[in-house]
Amino acid sequence: MSALLDINNLHVNVDDKTVIKGLDLHIKQGEVHAIMGPNGSGKSTLAFMLAGRENYEITKGEVLFDGTDLSTLTPEARAAKGLFLAFQYPVEIPGVNNMNFLRASLNALRRARGEAEMDTAHFLRFVREKAASLGMQDDMLKRPVNAGFSGGEKKRNEMLQLAVLEPRLIVLDEIDSGLDIDALKLVADGVNALRSPERAMLIITHYQRLLDHIKPDRVHVLADGRIARSGDAQLAQTLEQSGYADYGGEPKQIKADKASATDAGMVANG
Amino acid sequence: MENQTNEIAGQAKQAIKKETVAQVQNLAGEKYKYGFTTDIESEKAPKGLNSDIVRFISAKKDEPEWLLDWRLDAFERWQSMQEPNWAHVHYPPIDYQDLYYYAAPKSMADRPETLDDVDPELLKTYEKLGIPLQEQELLAGVKTRMAVDAVFDSVSVATTFRETLAESGVLFCSFSEAVQQHPELVKKYLGSVVPKSDNYFAALNSAVFSDGSFVYIPPHVRCPMELSTYFRINEANTGQFERTLIIADKGSYVSYLEGCTAPMRDENQLHAAVVELIALEDAEIKYSTVQNWYPGDKEGRGGIYNFVTKRGDCRETRAKISWTQVETGSAVTWKYPSCILRGDDTVGEFYSIAIANNLQQVDSGTKMIHLGKNSSSRIISKGISAGRASNAYRGRVSVHQKADNVRNFTQCDSLLIGDKCAAHTIPYIEARNPSAILEHEATASKISDDQIYYCRQRGLDAEEAVGLIVNGFCREVLQHLPMEFAVEAQKLVSISLEGSIG
Ligand SMILES: Nc1ncnc2c1ncn2[C@@H]1O[C@H](COP(=O)(O)OP(=O)(O)OP(=O)(O)O)[C@@H](O)[C@H]1O
Ligand SMILES: [Mg+2]
Repeated sequence: MSALLDINNLHVNVDDKTVIKGLDLHIKQGEVHAIMGPNGSGKSTLAFMLAGRENYEITKGEVLFDGTDLSTLTPEARAAKGLFLAFQYPVEIPGVNNMNFLRASLNALRRARGEAEMDTAHFLRFVREKAASLGMQDDMLKRPVNAGFSGGEKKRNEMLQLAVLEPRLIVLDEIDSGLDIDALKLVADGVNALRSPERAMLIITHYQRLLDHIKPDRVHVLADGRIARSGDAQLAQTLEQSGYADYGGEPKQIKADKASATDAGMVANG
Repeated sequence: MENQTNEIAGQAKQAIKKETVAQVQNLAGEKYKYGFTTDIESEKAPKGLNSDIVRFISAKKDEPEWLLDWRLDAFERWQSMQEPNWAHVHYPPIDYQDLYYYAAPKSMADRPETLDDVDPELLKTYEKLGIPLQEQELLAGVKTRMAVDAVFDSVSVATTFRETLAESGVLFCSFSEAVQQHPELVKKYLGSVVPKSDNYFAALNSAVFSDGSFVYIPPHVRCPMELSTYFRINEANTGQFERTLIIADKGSYVSYLEGCTAPMRDENQLHAAVVELIALEDAEIKYSTVQNWYPGDKEGRGGIYNFVTKRGDCRETRAKISWTQVETGSAVTWKYPSCILRGDDTVGEFYSIAIANNLQQVDSGTKMIHLGKNSSSRIISKGISAGRASNAYRGRVSVHQKADNVRNFTQCDSLLIGDKCAAHTIPYIEARNPSAILEHEATASKISDDQIYYCRQRGLDAEEAVGLIVNGFCREVLQHLPMEFAVEAQKLVSISLEGSIG
């Protein structure tokens, strides 16, 4: 069976700077993959490239989503095909009521897929239910999209959109940053609830914590624009201890003793 | 002629099919949906402007001597006045001798008695525009009924629901007819809010005004339905100079809406209207405008010059006047719906959405003149600029020295789309009484690429995204429109910004 997402030898330039340098990644339906890696290694770039952000130029290689060359699709067409990106830094849209935004999005996706729009009563019930399961207050639904939301609230709002739009390929860019421990649990539960044999997920994170709750099938280390290493869930734990020193990032502890530095080296080479 | 012309509506009971209200289809992919021309023979005054033209118009309407004199006096004053040049707009000089000042469909000269006798081409025009000219009983709760006065170039084609309104004593008819039927009211109030030499365009209008609407609400009557006037310019090289007069007698209430469209043409056309509102003790007038005159094309060719004087007089205690405007059309807009808060405890409001796209130019705002004690006013202005357009808010809040305890709140927000457009906020404040509390807030923001991208990632295309963001930005004003029009206006806001990005 071919994968839902196939990335082959991908090279991406952002504003003439080469950020992705020969990346291969294959995610099948039902799988959850995690990507970890040092700051600036290209994780968000990969996510934005997938979601069709402007000025992300593929100079070499290809990206196939369900067999379709993604580079031929507009961002909204990708969304209609079922691709969802939870932003590392969600954007504020003052004046636009959160509920209206969700409704406009859902209906736009439905229209693009040739489905009927959801009626108001049904929609309101549907959204309230999802919001409650994420521990969001009703008043957050009435406020403008992300405007004045705390960091953690923004992340939860991304999760709400995710839950309402029910995509097939989910890319979460640091959904866990800024969350308190309870919120992290709620968000992880939300992600787990969306796990299904039809869906695939790519979870970008710096922390083992999130992956304790969401057990990924595969973990990849992205370093300097390439997958430097792949493994199972265990890899995340190893990284938690050793850091990215051997992937071109900063060592985890500045004053790391020789032994653990060597351990990290062994992991990287092993 | 107008006398009988306007009779048609009262008698028109037969239904033109339900489709009358169907919206016109998008014509050949053009963004401006109302740009078609009605092919109809019309009777025009000779080109140009002189006192004979003024007499011609007055004679066409069988006007009494006093009104002709009034017009001639206005004409004389106009000749000695200068076109204003202080506004933040630029356009080539207007040749006032190269215009027609009167144009009416020939068929209207046959004095149609019922809607059946009205030229089908005219009826089709309103059908295409989505304006109901038959008196349909719409389902209760779905939509309130609305009475319409339909003005086509220089004449009123029909006024609906006049009999129903007459039952509660409400007078709603064309201005021309009011001159015949209710001369005492017209004589008493005409020019009492906007004097004929108030400004250059008001003076021009006073000399050559053709038709418009007249409303009188008797004491303690709440007008039982929305009143509206729909203005249509059809003829080329013709100016439209309508005149609206609304009087709300003591303790009465009326909500009135005007809409306007014009064909797409490469030449500019002049529209110089005057609207006067008078609210007596405890009366309230709510006046809403959805202005969608042809804005010109992307290169700024054609479009309407919309030079309008609108003013309301809260003449007696506790009177209230509220202006709500959605300005999306016209090549150049010069318009300041204002309130004179003469009585004590009077209230003036101005809620405005002004959109300027492509090469449109807007200089609009309001004046709140506080003369009465405890008078209060509220100004909410939302300006949106896109393309290479220029959009200026110009406002004046003035407090007379005897006006104690005046309050004003002003909020001016500008939204920019792209980086070739401009927004200006020009507020004037004159407070001659120290007890006044005047608040002014202003913001300027831009729709960012990040916002558009975020929306697109969620499935909206770029234009839907702009529509959503802009509608969010204007929501506070849209809420003040009568319910029936809020949805239409919301769509219009999105449509008028199509092509503004990408
Ligand atoms: N528009 C841009 N112009 C120039 N360089 C850019 C641009 N966008 C990203 N980069 C660079 O590309 C590299 C990868 O950035 P990216 O945001 O993908 O990193 P990341 O792995 O997500 O890091 P973090 O863990 O801090 O979120 C960085 O060096 C960044 O500075
Ligand atoms: Mg990142």
